Amino acid sequence: MRRVLLVGNPNVGKSAVFNRLTGARVIVSNYPGTTVEFTKGKMRVGSEAAEVIDLPGTYSLEPTSKAEEVAFKALDELGEGDVIVNVVDSTNLERSLGLTLQLMKYRKPMVVALNLWDEARHTGVTIDAALLEQTLGVACVPLVALTGEGVKVLVESISRPRVPTFEYEDSTRWDEMARIVGKVQVVAHRHHSLMERLGDVSLKPFTGALIALLVLGASFETIRLIGEGLIGHVFEPFFERVWAPLMLRLSGALGSGGFLHDLLIGKLSNGKIDYGESFGLLTTGLFVPFGAVLPYVFAFYLVLSLLEDSGYLPRLAVLLDRFMHVVGLHGMGIIPMLLGLGCNVPGALAGRIVESERERFICTTLMAIAVPCMAQIAMVVGLAGRHGALALAMIFGTLFLVWLVLGAILNRTLRGESPELVLDVPPYRIPYLRGLLKKVWMRVASFVREAVPFVLAGVFLANLLYVLRIVDLVGQIAAPVIVGVLGLPQEAAGGLVMGFLRKDVAVGMLMPLHLSFRQTVVASVVLAVYFPCVATFAVMLRELGVVRMLKASAIMVATALVTGGLLNLVLWATLG
Amino acid sequence: MTRTVSLAEMKEGREGIVRELAGGLAFTRKLEAMGLRLGTKVMKTSGSPLRGPVTVRAGNMQLALGYGMASRVMVEIQVEERGRRDA
Repeated sequence: MRRVLLVGNPNVGKSAVFNRLTGARVIVSNYPGTTVEFTKGKMRVGSEAAEVIDLPGTYSLEPTSKAEEVAFKALDELGEGDVIVNVVDSTNLERSLGLTLQLMKYRKPMVVALNLWDEARHTGVTIDAALLEQTLGVACVPLVALTGEGVKVLVESISRPRVPTFEYEDSTRWDEMARIVGKVQVVAHRHHSLMERLGDVSLKPFTGALIALLVLGASFETIRLIGEGLIGHVFEPFFERVWAPLMLRLSGALGSGGFLHDLLIGKLSNGKIDYGESFGLLTTGLFVPFGAVLPYVFAFYLVLSLLEDSGYLPRLAVLLDRFMHVVGLHGMGIIPMLLGLGCNVPGALAGRIVESERERFICTTLMAIAVPCMAQIAMVVGLAGRHGALALAMIFGTLFLVWLVLGAILNRTLRGESPELVLDVPPYRIPYLRGLLKKVWMRVASFVREAVPFVLAGVFLANLLYVLRIVDLVGQIAAPVIVGVLGLPQEAAGGLVMGFLRKDVAVGMLMPLHLSFRQTVVASVVLAVYFPCVATFAVMLRELGVVRMLKASAIMVATALVTGGLLNLVLWATLG
Repeated sequence: MTRTVSLAEMKEGREGIVRELAGGLAFTRKLEAMGLRLGTKVMKTSGSPLRGPVTVRAGNMQLALGYGMASRVMVEIQVEERGRRDA
């Protein structure tokens, strides 16, 4: 099959073009490095099907980073009939053309997509596309991939691409480029726009820090408000008033007991359904993902998507750069951490945004250990909330300390140095509402599709663990650690075993134990730190390889024991 | 009168022209590919304390560079002639 390769600088909108060409849905954001894997899809070119490949962004074809190597290799493997679609940022023609000229050396059929055409116009950049086309000898198509303007012409051009005719000496590449840009582009003089001023203010240390506090504070409050609001006004009323009576009736129909009853409904407390304690597939199994977790997942992704699409995240990366160097990462290391707060799986994947193997190890390990996912956070809020805000502050404060101290230790002990930040800071953009909502929907849908089956499996397994008395067995074997070191009741073994599969269900299994303040804090922290859930583990294994994953696992277990033990001691000493 | 300073030393808000990329081939190539070349007109938009990163604007784009890199990008700036005390 014929292949269509999307190549371009980071953050020029390749993924948006990909979505337009294939009708697929991949995540599009406003920061360089959103796409770290290469994504494949199908499109129709003329009467045949073609494979479209969305490559990670690259500034040049001299492979200096992993992403660039990927692009380099894919280009080398180009065959007969394959087409290069070079996506160009019209607002930054000069930089984009550097790559275009390098691509021309391949002498392959090619099309240039002049993306962000509308933004270029707004910023006073006029490009003579026809003249550029004449000069380069390949079709140059003005495009607004986000809204779809120009896509038809692009698809047509892809069906009859031309081999570039433009020739130049390698040593004169920049001169040639400057000459072409001078010929085809006119830039109107203009004053800095309000958005630009705002952009600069949010980069300067003092004002930037104030804005960051404001943005993060507002984000936190928004997530809390939406999450709590949805639970209080929509999900809890539904589960209490509609679903619970229904389940009670089903319970009666099933004879109020027996294997099937206990599996579906679980145990009733005082003849009522208690979603925290029943542990039936249709009660706790549905309440955990939909009643407790989904509202927060939705709220989190709404806020995260806003931050991503506005272009704030790269600015946060610049502001935090100096601080992130304490843990051996540069500023962009904050992105995997933020994504990990939603779900550790995309967080682990985003580890590729940092360049070196060393950084990727630190980044992925720290994220897996000290960044709890939204599902876990939501459940911890439910569990520890009973003991008040102090318990929550201690749990998340401890996790932050673990992140900081462990990161600093890894940075000191691992050989090598971490590279410096080199980052293209995109302009602020007003998020395109339809795109934003689509992205939130994609993420929520993927939670429902991928996480909910795991939660149900987890609740099923929890029943099995109790029925087969595995919890007792593990509890007895691990008692020296669980009871002795961590100060938890032996039954907490159930939650710790479940944590390997699904952290939210694991926290749920702690609910019926009625833990004390100290136990709640210790258990919540240990559950976050000791090991990633199976889905995250699989991705980490792929990203790090067996040896490094073993190393990471050893660090996790050791950190959990040390942190949990210390925390238990400190709390015991201060609270008794 | 002009003077050459590094991006790291340059004052916030000042403009200048890149005259030298004082580093190895990988460094030069990376910056060139990202749009920072000899002759590029830049304006420093921010610096940060404790040898934190520096940001510059060039045309429609804005780049952030770590302090070490910024101190190897040499920029020619205009300086006013002042303090000439001679007759």
